[in-house]
Amino acid sequence: MAKKPVSSEVKTPIVLEAKEITKQFPGVLANDSVDFDLRKGEIHALLGENGAGKSTLMNLIYGLHHPDKGEIIVNGKTVAIHSPNDSIAAGIGMVHQHFMLIPVFTVAENVMLGDEITKRGSLDRATVAARINEISKQYGLDVDPNAIVGDLPVGLQQRVEIVKTLYRNAEIVILDEPTAVLTPQEAEDLFRIMRDLTGRGVSIIFITHKLKEVLAVADRITVMRAGRVVNTVVPAETNEAQLANMMVGRQVILTVEKKDHAASGDILKVDGLSVRDQRGLETVHNVSFTVRGGEVLGIAGVQGNGQTELSEALTGLREPHGGNVFIDGQDLTSKPPRIITAAGLAHIPEDRQRHGLVMSYTVADNMALCDYYRPPFSNRGVIQQKALDENARKLISAFDVRTPSPFVNAGKLSGGNQQKVIVARELSRSNVKLVIANQPTRGLDVGSIEYIHSEIIKMRDRGVAVLLISAELDEIMALSDRIAVMYRGQIVAIVETKKTTREQLGLWMAGAHAETA
Amino acid sequence: MDWKRFGFIALIIIVLFGTVVMIGQVKQPPVLIITSMLATTIAVATPLTLGALSGVFCERAGVVNIGIEGMMLTSAFFGWLGAIYMFHVFGMGIGISITLGVFFAILTGALMALLHAVLSITFKVDQIIGGTVINILAVGLTGFLNRQLFFGAGSVFGGSVPNSPGVLPTIHIPLREIFTPLCGTSTACLVNLTAINRVFDQKPIAIGAILLVFFSHYILFNTRWGLRTRAVGEHPKAADTVGINVAQMRYLNVLIGGMFAGLAGAYFTIESVPSFEPLLTNGRGFISLAAMIFGNWTPIGAWAASLVFGASQALLINMQIFRDVIPPQWSFLQESYIVGLTPYILTMFILTGIIGKTTPPAADGVPYEK
Repeated sequence: MAKKPVSSEVKTPIVLEAKEITKQFPGVLANDSVDFDLRKGEIHALLGENGAGKSTLMNLIYGLHHPDKGEIIVNGKTVAIHSPNDSIAAGIGMVHQHFMLIPVFTVAENVMLGDEITKRGSLDRATVAARINEISKQYGLDVDPNAIVGDLPVGLQQRVEIVKTLYRNAEIVILDEPTAVLTPQEAEDLFRIMRDLTGRGVSIIFITHKLKEVLAVADRITVMRAGRVVNTVVPAETNEAQLANMMVGRQVILTVEKKDHAASGDILKVDGLSVRDQRGLETVHNVSFTVRGGEVLGIAGVQGNGQTELSEALTGLREPHGGNVFIDGQDLTSKPPRIITAAGLAHIPEDRQRHGLVMSYTVADNMALCDYYRPPFSNRGVIQQKALDENARKLISAFDVRTPSPFVNAGKLSGGNQQKVIVARELSRSNVKLVIANQPTRGLDVGSIEYIHSEIIKMRDRGVAVLLISAELDEIMALSDRIAVMYRGQIVAIVETKKTTREQLGLWMAGAHAETA
Repeated sequence: MDWKRFGFIALIIIVLFGTVVMIGQVKQPPVLIITSMLATTIAVATPLTLGALSGVFCERAGVVNIGIEGMMLTSAFFGWLGAIYMFHVFGMGIGISITLGVFFAILTGALMALLHAVLSITFKVDQIIGGTVINILAVGLTGFLNRQLFFGAGSVFGGSVPNSPGVLPTIHIPLREIFTPLCGTSTACLVNLTAINRVFDQKPIAIGAILLVFFSHYILFNTRWGLRTRAVGEHPKAADTVGINVAQMRYLNVLIGGMFAGLAGAYFTIESVPSFEPLLTNGRGFISLAAMIFGNWTPIGAWAASLVFGASQALLINMQIFRDVIPPQWSFLQESYIVGLTPYILTMFILTGIIGKTTPPAADGVPYEK
């Protein structure tokens, strides 16, 4: 990411100003007298951890919620925003983190929804398509108006969202965590589009918690923490460490501290494992490796190279069709998850909301999901509520889970705290010998990432074997003692982290062959 | 709707018709059998078609409606009662009484739908339970009022059931008159022409239902209203963020659905026969839900599926007409209770998904919370 030149000296007029915005939700003061302003043609980044109040502020500006106090001024005039209709009329558009697109509709139908063009009562799809093509050309946002949105890759869906705001003549565009779902290439493309937009007078609010991106693309950066604005800075006068500091409110260690540690014998032994995906295609071919006690083996690779099926086969969620899996000498091939768990596996699954938690269960219930059927949680088949509560309170304080109470549904927590619930449940169990962590920090904020990394290293230092699967090369390099690179279902290289480089790993990930070191 | 699905529908209808033609041809020429069966099929498919349209509007907007059966039953009762009141109590003419009866039925459907909307949209009650409430309420309400108003001492009509002013007339579409010159002197041609014309001579609600199928299809897929309706049924939050009032769209579509169910109710007591009996809808509301599902939540698809059920009822009626010529090896076809199972067996068969799964709207049955 190239560093952006310092923004021009000439200050452009303020197009949007939020003054002393206060919003109270039950139990949380989400915005506490927040001031924020946006100048014409700038990218103003709003940086903060999950739950800092960024999204609340934007939802207030966009009319999805109503502030208790404060005013919103657009182009010098105070506006009353009661619903998205009012903010759209004021020239504000928003691209939500979870896209607000209807998968079965075409691009044109999605774009026009709510602001349809009709001809004698019929939807005028041709005119809308022409409008979209015009916007596409003007801003370099290539989309096919007649494509079905559900068939498009995520990066293109995001473009549709941006086109949606421009179709409504938005001059202020709010992008809520736009890079969370993108590949690095797609993110680069988005930054180019953002600069194109600002070049044409559109002003952008860029919500994120990724420090590198902010420094690369923003003109100004406002940092929020716990519902308040901490400071507004320009990229030229700050750095990652300072931003992280402001975000979290204390010194943040951006690199993981890790002492050398002697590994013991093999804990996980995978021998010639082959796995098919749900379509019946073999996505893991004859994979063999071992993980020793007290070491982290990182599996690097571009997403979709068999990592998901590999971890499912190791954790008992998918039946392998060849090969064996041993944990501490015990053959656990094709055994159900309960047996594997009882043998000492702690599993942090890739999709935390589907495989890690029951979203409609309370935090306390979720924390007992592995062991609910035996004492102390269960006595002759009856759940012991007291033991569940005690366990939850203990884990909530030990793992710093931010929840109003143990009886809140897991679905109500932020992503970082949901992941902490899983980590607490899995790593606190007494007989853990092996941790399999698949994408453990995806989509999380700095504070949570730091915390989960340190917990993983703690396990390693206690002599537990850790298998870390991640598409983030930085994460793999920071945590692993040895790195295995997966490409098209095979392990193409296994090396010690100290004896390799980012570039070398990148080559292997792209399919270059290597002798195992 | 895929072609495989329409092909399957055509195949079943051909099999049902073919069975009757094979048995009945010793008594009547095939042309007469086929045209009379077609006419019956279209007529008896009417309440199913309208019921399915009711479901399409509700569910496309995201509200599951299993109360169609109850809405139909209540509307059938109040439409009939309204016509009788207008005729006997207010002394209105036959035509106006019947017409007002249809309006009462539609109004009743809308009111029952309003109850469903209040329960499922405002109070976010489980929509299956809301629909069940309506079905049970309908049976109790119509049964109770039927007894109180018409039977026993002190009832409004003094213990005797007054005659309904009648049923809606058949509308003659003059195909025969128009095409007669083409036949010249051929009598066979004239007979066939008369037979074919009979298919098109239907009553107003039957004709209206077919027009409504195509009108609804157009509304749903080509207008602003339709786009917004489908949006709130697929992803209400997305609709909300572009300024669409989700609750309002859902309310109005459920009311429209109720009016369709009301018109279906009017078919029973104002178009088909001029009388009411408890439980007369006899599960047709549920069969129309099956038709809606088989038609993949599209009006034209739902209509095609309704015709299959119509044809299976036409089979039942014709098996009774040709009872005496059924060959002995097919004697089971003489038992009306066996033939009468056809629509229900078809329903189960169709819903197994053998002909391919259909996809409901993504937010169907899910209350919207901001």
